[in-house]
Amino acid sequence: MKPKNTYQKGTLKRLFRTLFSFYPVALPAVIVCIIFSSAVSAIPAVFTQKIIAVLEQNAGAGWGVIGPQIIRLTMMLAVLYVISLILSFAYTRAMAILSQGALKRLREQLFGHMQDLPVKYFDTHERGDIMSHYTNDVDTLRQLISQSMPQLLASGIMVLTLFSIMLYYSVWMALVVLFGVSFLLLAVKKIGGNSAKYFMRQQKSIGKTEGYIEEMMAGQKVIKVFCHEKEAKTGFDAVNDELFHDSEQANTFANILPPVIMNIGNLIYVLVAMAGGAFLLTQANNLSISGLAFSISIVVPFLNMTRQFSGNINQVSQQLNAVIMGLAGASRMFALLDEQKEADEGTVTLVNVTEQNGELTESSERTGIWAWKQPLPDGSVRYTRLSGDVRLHDVDFAYDADKPVLHDVTLFAEPGQKVAFVGATGAGKTTITNLLNRFYDIADGKIRYDGININRIRKSDLRRAIGMVLQDTNLFTGSVLENIRYGRLDATDEECIAAAKLAGADDFITRLPEGYDTPLTSNGGNLSQGQRQLIAIARAAVADPPVMILDEATSSIDTRTEAIVQRGMDALMKGRTVFVIAHRLSTVQNSDVIMVLENGRIIERGSHAHLIVEGGKYYQLYTGAFELE
Amino acid sequence: MWRTLIKSIREYKKPTILAPVFVALEVIIECTIPFITALLVNQIKAGCTYDVVLRYGLILIVLASMSLTLGWLSGRAAATAASGFARNLRKDLFYNIQSFSFENIDRFSSSSLVTRLTTDVTNVQNAFMMLIRIAVRSPLMLVFAIIMSFLMGGKLALIFVVVIPMLGIGLFFIIRAAFPIFRRVFRKYDALNRSIQENVQGIRVVKSFVREDYEKQKFGVAAEELRQEFTKAEKILAFNGPMMQFCLYINMVFILTFGAYTIATTGGLNFNVGQLSSLMIYSFQTLMSLMMLSMVFVMVTIADESSRRIVEVLSEDSSLQSPENAVQDVPDGSVDFDHVSFRYSEKAERMALLDVDLHIRSGETIGILGTTGSSKTSLVQLIPRLYDATSGTVRVGGRDVKEYDLTALRNQVSVVLQNNLLFSGTIAENLRWGNPQATDEELKQACEFAQADDFICSFPQGYETRIEQGGTNVSGGQKQRLSIARALLKKPRILILDDSTSAVDTHTDAKIRAALKSYLPETTKIIIAQRVASVMDADRIVMLDKGGISSVGTHEELLKTDAAYREVYESQSKAGEQE
Repeated sequence: MKPKNTYQKGTLKRLFRTLFSFYPVALPAVIVCIIFSSAVSAIPAVFTQKIIAVLEQNAGAGWGVIGPQIIRLTMMLAVLYVISLILSFAYTRAMAILSQGALKRLREQLFGHMQDLPVKYFDTHERGDIMSHYTNDVDTLRQLISQSMPQLLASGIMVLTLFSIMLYYSVWMALVVLFGVSFLLLAVKKIGGNSAKYFMRQQKSIGKTEGYIEEMMAGQKVIKVFCHEKEAKTGFDAVNDELFHDSEQANTFANILPPVIMNIGNLIYVLVAMAGGAFLLTQANNLSISGLAFSISIVVPFLNMTRQFSGNINQVSQQLNAVIMGLAGASRMFALLDEQKEADEGTVTLVNVTEQNGELTESSERTGIWAWKQPLPDGSVRYTRLSGDVRLHDVDFAYDADKPVLHDVTLFAEPGQKVAFVGATGAGKTTITNLLNRFYDIADGKIRYDGININRIRKSDLRRAIGMVLQDTNLFTGSVLENIRYGRLDATDEECIAAAKLAGADDFITRLPEGYDTPLTSNGGNLSQGQRQLIAIARAAVADPPVMILDEATSSIDTRTEAIVQRGMDALMKGRTVFVIAHRLSTVQNSDVIMVLENGRIIERGSHAHLIVEGGKYYQLYTGAFELE
Repeated sequence: MWRTLIKSIREYKKPTILAPVFVALEVIIECTIPFITALLVNQIKAGCTYDVVLRYGLILIVLASMSLTLGWLSGRAAATAASGFARNLRKDLFYNIQSFSFENIDRFSSSSLVTRLTTDVTNVQNAFMMLIRIAVRSPLMLVFAIIMSFLMGGKLALIFVVVIPMLGIGLFFIIRAAFPIFRRVFRKYDALNRSIQENVQGIRVVKSFVREDYEKQKFGVAAEELRQEFTKAEKILAFNGPMMQFCLYINMVFILTFGAYTIATTGGLNFNVGQLSSLMIYSFQTLMSLMMLSMVFVMVTIADESSRRIVEVLSEDSSLQSPENAVQDVPDGSVDFDHVSFRYSEKAERMALLDVDLHIRSGETIGILGTTGSSKTSLVQLIPRLYDATSGTVRVGGRDVKEYDLTALRNQVSVVLQNNLLFSGTIAENLRWGNPQATDEELKQACEFAQADDFICSFPQGYETRIEQGGTNVSGGQKQRLSIARALLKKPRILILDDSTSAVDTHTDAKIRAALKSYLPETTKIIIAQRVASVMDADRIVMLDKGGISSVGTHEELLKTDAAYREVYESQSKAGEQE
């Protein structure tokens, strides 16, 4: 599902709530600063009026009489300006600090929440879409928080203050302004609405064009081989032309909005001037809060205020697109924050113990012996030694409620046994392993680890007790050593190196330019597939769990590397309960038990010799008479 | 650099020229308006009749309408020019990339090409629009507003001489201080996003090692670093607004005080209230223009890096071209390598192929084996001239491949690449890449040869089944078989399978080879494989080692003479393989 460009109702309220919760004192303080600062910047109009009034009343009186009055007024104005400057300096700086701080906390919230989401979330959402929360959405919010919102507030206050001053001087004139401004708002609504509409369309076209380009760039070599350049160009022209059209429209509306507003502003200005002139000439009665009569000293500041008025509306309209985009971004972010976290109601934990006369005693130090600590209903505690006994009873499972993936799966693995899964893509091999460490929860049946229902074990402890080496190796930015230590954070350098030796990775690591300190970037892009897999094996070896899940993948590795990886895997398996998803029947042969899966059911089970004698599907596979997909 | 970019304006020359012209006219009118207003104000003040007010009002209405029309026209012209320029840029980029040879493609990663076509073009588009609009408007506005101020305020306008350089210098220092920090911020930002991506990708690893809290903590540190840098940059930018206000305020106080003084001392002869109010408007316009100008500067600087990256692609010439009077006809499927050496680029230290001498008869089946890095792929890519040999000659049908028309040659030499890709569209559409005119029967037949028909027919929509981008909804083996069928539809004289059955089980693999053998006896087949089983029934097997041929022979011959071959064969025949 592509990210939506619209926003949910209540997003703005929630965004404000979130921001206020980050800065319950500082944010209101900044807002007060903004309000004062912009109110103050509207006030000079009053001084202009006063100064002109002084000049009018004392026309021809000479500077000696007028001077002191004017100086007094400009001095007061200067003081006011200084206050305004201090306030605006304070709030722009504070806003820089607050908005970045808020963004950081939002990022942390997002990331923190994402880490706690179930694997299902990651399986059902495209990576690009998840990433765009951090790239696009946070960016649009930055614009919204640090620029649009202060601007809107400042302009809003300015408009209100100006209007109050207008009313103070003359209600009639203010009504004239209001009459003009209603046309202005109509224009903003019409053009701004169109601008927003095409802006959204442009975003969509950009997405479409990007998708096309991505696909073609990735397949450029195939295009060459099939001489498909002409068709690729035709397809490109279609999306490119559409993007051009939307971009042209979006930019046109965005470009014409300011001149339209400014010039309607000019027309209002003329209107006000004419009305002012008319009032002056006819000597009409003024209605105002101040009780001042019409005079040129009212008309001049009125004209300036009119200009400021439309100027501020222009400022507001410039922010419209950013506000809509920002709210859409916030809405998408909140959607992620509203995703249900992975639930964990387990109470059984994994602890270090010491053993004396068959009696297990909990220890705070690392003893090398682990036990499950089960709180019992009567308040006492039972310790069960961690040994790696895994049993599944009549397990049913479905990713989507209406499409069952596993039916009645029953199997057991005693400590140290090796269980292999064989079957076609979609038969349910990976699904079973997903259930063991509770990436997904079963629909029906029971899974027990050392006799304890895994639903009762705290997830973190269950996962610590089960290691995984996956087909797609994921390494992290950092040194080789750090990547191995990922398995157990308190492992010493020596333990990590020992694990690498066990995995058969030590050989190539020591030949890297900086040995174990060689930095890995972009998922270990500087290493070969086989080397990455060896590091992943070492990582699992450091963790040293009693149960391992191995998803073997060797299709893209050449035979020699494959043999090395295989040796690493074999070393890792020794002395553990192992579930292996086999891609090569050779690794399957020496398993204690082989499960042949088809459409989510175990159709055959037994040792290699047993299954060969039986002459079923496994036999057909082994002899190559049957193919798997 | 700009010269290369500007070529892409083409049919949008008219709006590109019109936009600044309209802008200039708009500025002139906009600057006239306060001037006329000053006259109007003074008339009102002097107690003129209402007709005079009306007359001035009408002039102003006409001016405002003209300004509005011009603003509208310039806005539209600029939007058309910039969007059109961007469209042409994208088109030129994409078209040029289509002409790229493999060597050119290797030089740019596909993700960097995507960025150049999207983000970079957008940056240039925005800067371009700024250049033909704001960059024209601001300086003109600055000049006109200053001229008008002097015309109107006389000596009073001298305050601009003080304030404008002040603001200018201030802006200069702000930009200079903030820019390097922003560069750092963007780098940090990229790093942060990369680490998020790693996490999203590796979420199973994170969760299975219970490293959620560890990752959160790591992220917190990175986010904090970003916050600090970003705050530093924004704090510097936060000087902008107050500085602008400061200059404006100085102006206002000065104009009001000395304006009042001038009016009072001259009795309003040289300077009057109307001029006073206009002067204030001009001072605002002047400072605003300066501010906009600094924004243009920033935008252009950002776009500069993008333009460089775009020009890099635009000026990249294809390293391979069809010769003049190219040969259109490939007579047969024979291939000859005459002492061919090859390296990927002039800078490459190692030769990928070294003095390879190999002669393949038309219709022969050749197997190629070798470890990773033995240049199996490099060897076959020279046949359809995806790359040119560094020395020696590669001949197809007895002629140097350089003599052929590229399309004609590649239509006869069909390669199934290792990294075979399907495109979004139906299965049938994907297959017709091989031959757009292929009938449904031909599609079906090719799929039968490639052992793909069965599974295609098992899909509810059969050949009309949609393939998702990157072919994510079919398995690896299915993808490979579809790719083979696609290549077969070309009915080539030479078919090259580059490790194209690695995800197909041995049994099906054998069936594909059998079908190729019996139905395409005339076609030369070259098969690269990891598995001995895939090549052992070939007419000849070529063992490659470090870019050279180590031995050539039939399966039986090599078993006897080549130790490496024997070793691979024995290690693989111990166990049956699958998937």
